[in-house]
Amino acid sequence: MESALVSGIEGLFLGVLNLGLGHVIMILIGSLLLYLGISKGYEPLLLVPIGFGAILVNVPLSEMMAEGGFIRYFYDIGVRTEIFPLLIFIGIGAMTDFQPLLENPKIILLGAAGQFGIFITLLLALALGFDKLDAVAVSIIGACDGPTAIYVSSKFAPHLLGAVSVAAYSYMSLVPLIQPPIMRALTTEKERTIVMGAVKQPISQTTKIMFPIVVTIFASILAPKGAPLIGTVMLGNLLKESGVVDRLKRASENEIANIVTLLLGLCIGATMEADKFLKAQTLVILALGFIAISLDTAVGILFGKLMCALTGGKINPLIGAAGISAFPMSARVVQAEGQKYNKKNYLLMHAMSANAGGQIGSVIAAAVMLSVLQGMGIVGQ
Amino acid sequence: MDNWTFGWTLALVGMSGTMLVLWILSLLILLIRKVFPVKPTEPKKG
Repeated sequence: MESALVSGIEGLFLGVLNLGLGHVIMILIGSLLLYLGISKGYEPLLLVPIGFGAILVNVPLSEMMAEGGFIRYFYDIGVRTEIFPLLIFIGIGAMTDFQPLLENPKIILLGAAGQFGIFITLLLALALGFDKLDAVAVSIIGACDGPTAIYVSSKFAPHLLGAVSVAAYSYMSLVPLIQPPIMRALTTEKERTIVMGAVKQPISQTTKIMFPIVVTIFASILAPKGAPLIGTVMLGNLLKESGVVDRLKRASENEIANIVTLLLGLCIGATMEADKFLKAQTLVILALGFIAISLDTAVGILFGKLMCALTGGKINPLIGAAGISAFPMSARVVQAEGQKYNKKNYLLMHAMSANAGGQIGSVIAAAVMLSVLQGMGIVGQ
Repeated sequence: MDNWTFGWTLALVGMSGTMLVLWILSLLILLIRKVFPVKPTEPKKG
């Protein structure tokens, strides 16, 4: 009886006895993510479940990610299979209005330039000694697109999923702080004050319906490995534009997106176990992510300057900064920055075109990347 | 394949491929717009 009593009391303290410094640090990091999400409003939909998942998985002996563990179950069915990010993409497609892009399609090229940071960061990651597929996973932070980053990193480097996802979502929420200094550094005051005329191109409903269908067929044929990414975004957009499946559209942008966001966030947080996350490599990944998003912005602006020169000064290079996938935050940053130098300048709709181009651009860049990897024989057929 | 060959190949083909696909998409958008113009009677939506 006495020994049973002692064993029972010992059981009560097992958690405390197994609590290491790593657990404590990760619980603090999880709490920091909660603070950023709740008090600062930085991507709360993701940072709150990620932060909570990070706390849960670092409770000693909680076995959240052990075989049969509570979060491991969702991880296996949703993240390992890449289903969760794809379901999120359907919601994103259902929420996105591509009308500004359809009105001004040449702006889509800014959405391509805004992805170049991915590829330059890839070279940097390789130079720093990352393995090929790890470098691909790290560089995809430059897509500025959480689900794309999760899709690619869970496919090629699941052990980096936590660091890559946290970097992607943290930097996306910091776009209003990261972009303005780069915009000011790379443009002259004269360029920043360029007023762009209104684009009033009427778009038929049939065009809006045909757009996701044509993009899916064309882009998937060119980059078949990216078909799941392109197809899910465009399926969501077709649900929105077809006007005949309102229930499915609402389910995609609400119930499905909300449930998957919650579970995905928990799973990402749960990959942040102390022994896997507390490495110098994580800091390098965070730094490379910052560089990737900064490079996206810089190349987008430089491409905007090129378009400005080619059009005889009709394009304000600032809108190049919106060629990333952080929608519509980046477009708003461009609008605010433009108005600082010319109160009568309304760049928002043009920046929204570039931003919508950035959304497609990030998915296309990932799709192209996957197809090139397949072509090079790095990933399976 | 060594890391540098891999990196430069993926970077160059990736950047030019992304630019090419999006440029063709912009042309396709123009084509769709031409094929399906706004009809005067069409109700506005979205």
